[in-house]
Amino acid sequence: MKEKMALLDIKNISYQASAAKIIDDLSLSIEASEIHALLGTNGTGKSTLAYLIIGCDGYRPSSGTIVFEGHDINDRRLYERAQLGITMAWQEPVRFEGISVVQYLTLRNKELNPAHYLEMVGLQPDLYRERMVDASLSGGERKRIELASILALHPKIAILDEPDSGIDMLSTQDIINVINTFKQNGASVLLITHREEIAMSADRASQICNGRIACSGTPEQVVAFYKSRNCLVCGGGECVDERP
Amino acid sequence: MSVAAGSVLMNALEQLMQAYGVAGGDRAVLADSGTAHLVADGHQILSSRGVKGLEVEARATPDGISAKVRVLENVRLENPVHLCFGVLHKKGTQNIRMDVKLEKNACASFIAHCIFPNAEQVVHIMDAVVEIGEGAEMRYTETHFHGIYGGTYVRPKAVVTVGRNGVYVGDFELITGRVGRLEIDYVVETGENAVTELTARVFGHGDDAVNIKEKVVLAGEHSRGLIKTRVVVEDEASAEITGITEGNAAGARGHVDCVEVVKDNAVASAIPIVRVNNPLAKVTHEAAIGSVDKRQLETLMAHGLTPAEAVDVIVRGILR
Repeated sequence: MKEKMALLDIKNISYQASAAKIIDDLSLSIEASEIHALLGTNGTGKSTLAYLIIGCDGYRPSSGTIVFEGHDINDRRLYERAQLGITMAWQEPVRFEGISVVQYLTLRNKELNPAHYLEMVGLQPDLYRERMVDASLSGGERKRIELASILALHPKIAILDEPDSGIDMLSTQDIINVINTFKQNGASVLLITHREEIAMSADRASQICNGRIACSGTPEQVVAFYKSRNCLVCGGGECVDERP
Repeated sequence: MSVAAGSVLMNALEQLMQAYGVAGGDRAVLADSGTAHLVADGHQILSSRGVKGLEVEARATPDGISAKVRVLENVRLENPVHLCFGVLHKKGTQNIRMDVKLEKNACASFIAHCIFPNAEQVVHIMDAVVEIGEGAEMRYTETHFHGIYGGTYVRPKAVVTVGRNGVYVGDFELITGRVGRLEIDYVVETGENAVTELTARVFGHGDDAVNIKEKVVLAGEHSRGLIKTRVVVEDEASAEITGITEGNAAGARGHVDCVEVVKDNAVASAIPIVRVNNPLAKVTHEAAIGSVDKRQLETLMAHGLTPAEAVDVIVRGILR
């Protein structure tokens, strides 16, 4: 029987900056409409992997391939990948002077209804449509607007780099709801986080340690591994979250 | 006018219109009674038409062409005013003096085609004084069509004042044929809450010499200005781009955005001059696409915008 093709298939990629190997022979696949959580402590390569997938300037695998819908996208530029359906919400979304929330949400499609997407992220349209996407927004507001803009793109896969950071605890369920909205819209999500309760909302999870996938499985399995200090990559000394 | 003289004029008009069509102009506009136009070959006015709310007074003088254009108060011209200036011969001079006034709340677009298809030794000098009244809006697009010989000296000079809540959008393009020698010299004074946008796109080849000097003075509170220049030079061509913006009032926002691409043995320089005389004004400049905020660019590209579209969104955002 023919094996089902993954939406995104990362095959043995490595990436080196100066002398340091940040991604080391890493493989990971994400299926269509799958929420895949990527756990890992700071400096283990989570964001670098995201930049390699989206194709940021200067981020090209030194070896290995990134395959999207069966096509090698290593040579595709960032905006070309976005036009294919891959997009990303950065951990700290950048601010834009002079661009209103409505303009930001309709960058690619002037016809869509921005209010619909603002409501999806728990923002009242009337209070936000004329606001600027600049420093006048709080970190949490800016983050929600970024998520709304990514939803409005209707991507095939969205990389969400720590969507929960900078948002108050009361909003955690809102964030989980938003992540589930991507799935309901048919999109896959690569969910980068180091919060277990967020990771538990995923279909599958992987832990990254020193640029390699240390463990993949159900969120419960990976979270248990996360706490176990049994990592084969680092021996359990580096990739365990020490926070209470 | 004698029959022979009339025939010569018709022949010149036909030739110019042929070149106008090749240059991308729409010949049908000359026959449209609802569209104003002015057509001149050298110092000869070949055709002109006004429309309701627009006064055009054009005449040949001993040393050139003088044209006075006035758009009356509250008149919003439905169709653009078409201007076609050219020299069809290999040698010649065209001096044009333009006085343009848009009265309060008037709105008009001008599309100018400057055509020098056979120029080996042609001089085209434009001296314009433009006054844009309160709440008035003027869009001026000037597209040049030059031949392959590089024998054109083009010197457009304009002094523009934009009144309170007014808008001036100027777009200069010379990307077809050899530039020859180009010396743009524009000064625009921008009033309270008014907007000025100047864009120039030039492609220089051979030993073409491109010299663009544009100055925007943000004189009124919350005035906004953009000088955007895109120049490519190749072969032995040279380019010197000077973009000057002064922020003299509270809330004024200005940006100078210059991108130059240099090929072969060409030489290019950019001189952005930003001057701020009010602590609540802000003027920025970029000398290359790469120097626009990388994270902003990447974020917009992650939304599917091309690099050029992303730069446009960022810069226009700054001016809003």
